[in-house]
Amino acid sequence: MKWDEFFVTGEPMIYGAMASIVLASLAIVVGLTYFKKWGYLWREWLTTVDHKKIGIMYIIAALLMLFRGGMDGLLMRAQLAVPENGLLDAQHYNEIFTTHGLIMILFMAMPFVIGLMNVVVPLQIGARDVAFPRLNAVSFWLFFAGAMLLNISFVIGGSPDAGWTAYFPLASIELSPTVGNNYYSIALQIAGIGTLLTSVNFLVTILKMRAPGMKLMRMPMFTWSVLITNVIILFAFPVLTVSLALMMFDRMFGAQFFTMANGGMDMLWANLFWVWGHPEVYIVILPAFGIYSEIISTFSRKNLYGYKSMVYSMVVISLLSFLVWAHHFYTMGHGVTVNGFFSISTMAIAVPTGVKIFNWLFTLRKGKIEFTTPMLYSLAFIPIFTIGGVTGVMLAMASADYQYHNTMFLVAHFHYVLIPGTVFAVLAGFYYWFPKMFGFRLNDRQGKRAFWLIAVSFNVTFLPLFFLGLKGMTRRTYTYSAETGFGPLNMIASIGAIGLALGFVYLVYNIYWSFRYAKRDTTNDPWDARTLEWSIPSPVPEYNFALIPKVNGLDPFWESKKTGQPLTEGEYEEIHMPNNSGQPFILGMIFMAFGFCMVFSWWVPSIIFGIGIVIMLAVRSFERDHGRHISVKEIRETEQRLRGEQS
Amino acid sequence: MKLDNTLPLEYQSEENSNRILGFWLFLGAEIVLFSTLFAVYLTLWTRTGNGPDAKEIFELGPVLIETFVLLTSSFTCGLAIHSMRLGLKKPAMVFFSITLLLGLVFLGVEITEFVTYVNEGATLQTSAFLSSLFVLLGTHGLHVFMGLLWGGGLMLQIRREGFTLETSNKSFIFSLYWHFLDVVWIFIFSFVYLKGLM
Ligand code: HEM
Ligand SMILES: [Cu+2]
Repeated sequence: MKWDEFFVTGEPMIYGAMASIVLASLAIVVGLTYFKKWGYLWREWLTTVDHKKIGIMYIIAALLMLFRGGMDGLLMRAQLAVPENGLLDAQHYNEIFTTHGLIMILFMAMPFVIGLMNVVVPLQIGARDVAFPRLNAVSFWLFFAGAMLLNISFVIGGSPDAGWTAYFPLASIELSPTVGNNYYSIALQIAGIGTLLTSVNFLVTILKMRAPGMKLMRMPMFTWSVLITNVIILFAFPVLTVSLALMMFDRMFGAQFFTMANGGMDMLWANLFWVWGHPEVYIVILPAFGIYSEIISTFSRKNLYGYKSMVYSMVVISLLSFLVWAHHFYTMGHGVTVNGFFSISTMAIAVPTGVKIFNWLFTLRKGKIEFTTPMLYSLAFIPIFTIGGVTGVMLAMASADYQYHNTMFLVAHFHYVLIPGTVFAVLAGFYYWFPKMFGFRLNDRQGKRAFWLIAVSFNVTFLPLFFLGLKGMTRRTYTYSAETGFGPLNMIASIGAIGLALGFVYLVYNIYWSFRYAKRDTTNDPWDARTLEWSIPSPVPEYNFALIPKVNGLDPFWESKKTGQPLTEGEYEEIHMPNNSGQPFILGMIFMAFGFCMVFSWWVPSIIFGIGIVIMLAVRSFERDHGRHISVKEIRETEQRLRGEQS
Repeated sequence: MKLDNTLPLEYQSEENSNRILGFWLFLGAEIVLFSTLFAVYLTLWTRTGNGPDAKEIFELGPVLIETFVLLTSSFTCGLAIHSMRLGLKKPAMVFFSITLLLGLVFLGVEITEFVTYVNEGATLQTSAFLSSLFVLLGTHGLHVFMGLLWGGGLMLQIRREGFTLETSNKSFIFSLYWHFLDVVWIFIFSFVYLKGLM
């Protein structure tokens, strides 16, 4: 293989990107050495098994990916702003929308949600830890390895270019001969294994480690949403595992699963992909519903309206999510009966979703509403998501879909669902739980300004796309002629995208400013909230709860504040905690090297790294690490310090 | 550590029972994985292109050996766990060794079978039917292979430490895995070989 086959060459933008990657890496290395932070980084972060720190790492990675994916979005909007634009060529545009979609969904939305769930769920159920702390770190590093692999693809070897759906035969080796789709199958595979392990971990955590008295029907809504989400992950991700493996066999070993000759079946890919892909959408949406439920009830100072119906509607949504996959390809030639079935099952999802929307509205009714930044995101979500939902029902009608299919209408629809549904939610959750993670609040005034910029620009960016779609502008086209008349609306959308970008930049400035200047909270409970996580000091000590709370109803912390009944009783006892370990990090790195060699079909090093993985598993199995104990004295001192008491 | 002496050793600590539940959930995911592979196979198995079809390549002999060997190994694995429960280390080790040995025989027969197919010109690349056949069988075979490595490592640990909370928990989980592979094989036997030979 020659250098210019290995590195992507001939594109000024990519040279720029290469240079900045090298410079940024150098800056990080030099900075860490200069400030003598290598040890700190290793001890406190790379080897951590603390679910809160793992959650924070997920969130940081997700924010970075939001910017990477956002850059892609901006580039596409720049390209589409005017007719016959020459900024990007067709191939480059293909690569960009593919990685944009992949990164936003798999390496931004999902890890952000998983990050919040890592931070919050054990705290909400009154647990000291997750069920398998070490496995949790493995999950994170596998996600990280997958994300890195996908990100280096654009400088080394070429990015995937067949859309995030990677339809065959488009994604086959004949029509997509670069290694791009090898990256697709391998990076997603590695990250996907991490996600599957997370789901096992959190299912066991939620099912077995709740504080005494916390029955299932007393769990906070966010924990409920995470429980259901993880059930979906458990059943959906193995389908992705298989699909990606078959893709790999087709592309790298000449198998015939999805070919057009020798009996292969391209439609098999479409079905397999969406059997995973549709539930995936709910994997990122349901936790968002949980986050909104917490925030809306906290800032309305009321119990969540219709708790039980909230739970049941999530269960129904999760079941239906496995029955609707074919609505993604009505036009690819199944019969009327099949289309009819999927059309009806899709529309049925609107019912439980509607129930949830009404429950939030009823929670707000007559509440003492406080308009904090997280609450603003939650309130804005309701109308915007409703537009997304209504256009979804329009798309669900199979016969009408022949009109909208593969147009900008669809692009507008899913951004209208995903951005208020997931992005607003994770941002709201981030603002809301930030004081638990770091011990101070993000500046609210700046937060609100960023919110308004984002919410308004969002509509400017994506509303025009509905009309463009109805006029017939197809998705995934890299340019259009002036006669089509698509120019002006596209220009508006592109201006909106700049506003969105500014909003996100301001949001990051908000984080930076608050780290430097915000006043540190002295209470545990800055929002006057309802659930258990607010009863312990912030930032949360590594053992979470010095004393495990006793729960005898919904919103136990709120009840305890109202009635004056303490949540805990008894004396401190020694707490058993797991030790840090470098193995998960090392395992992740080996996986990354393994994946990288696989992408380029370098079999010998692949096998060596593959054996490395097996060795790491064996090392773990033979090791006997029984953790350590935190003494009563240390607990007492930590608690006093964090609660601001004098000892 | 909270210990509950009314339960068998492998369940006794909270960690242990968490691990067992976790493994059951993981098996749930494995069921979906194999179901997907079966679905793929059943979609593609008549799509033979220019290649041979199932009837032309399948032979009952080796398959019966594989079935017999794997079922027996599942049985001896059960005996190993039974001995473990009685606190008998030696017999448990013997039964585990037989289990792994039978697993090895199974793999040997499967590999010979693959070689025969390839020699007959029936390769992964020949047709959709053969691609799905090799991947389905191969995934099961890979699981058996991983099981051999796992079981081997486990036996070393038992030899060193005897049956402790940790090793008994691991043995039990290993046995769940091994029985699961057996169940998957029964489906392969019925829906791949018997269906193909009929
Ligand atoms: C931040 C501002 C964003 C902008 C400006 C933006 C813009 C775009 C554009 C222009 C396209 C391609 C349209 C086409 O030519 O087909 C696109 C596709 C897509 N976007 Fe976004 N987007 C943004 C955020 C997001 C977010 C947050 C998500 C998901 C959580 C997302 C998910 C997707 C997906 C899945 C596709 C389809 C990719 C494909 O066709 O393979 N986007 N976006
Ligand atoms: Cu869908």
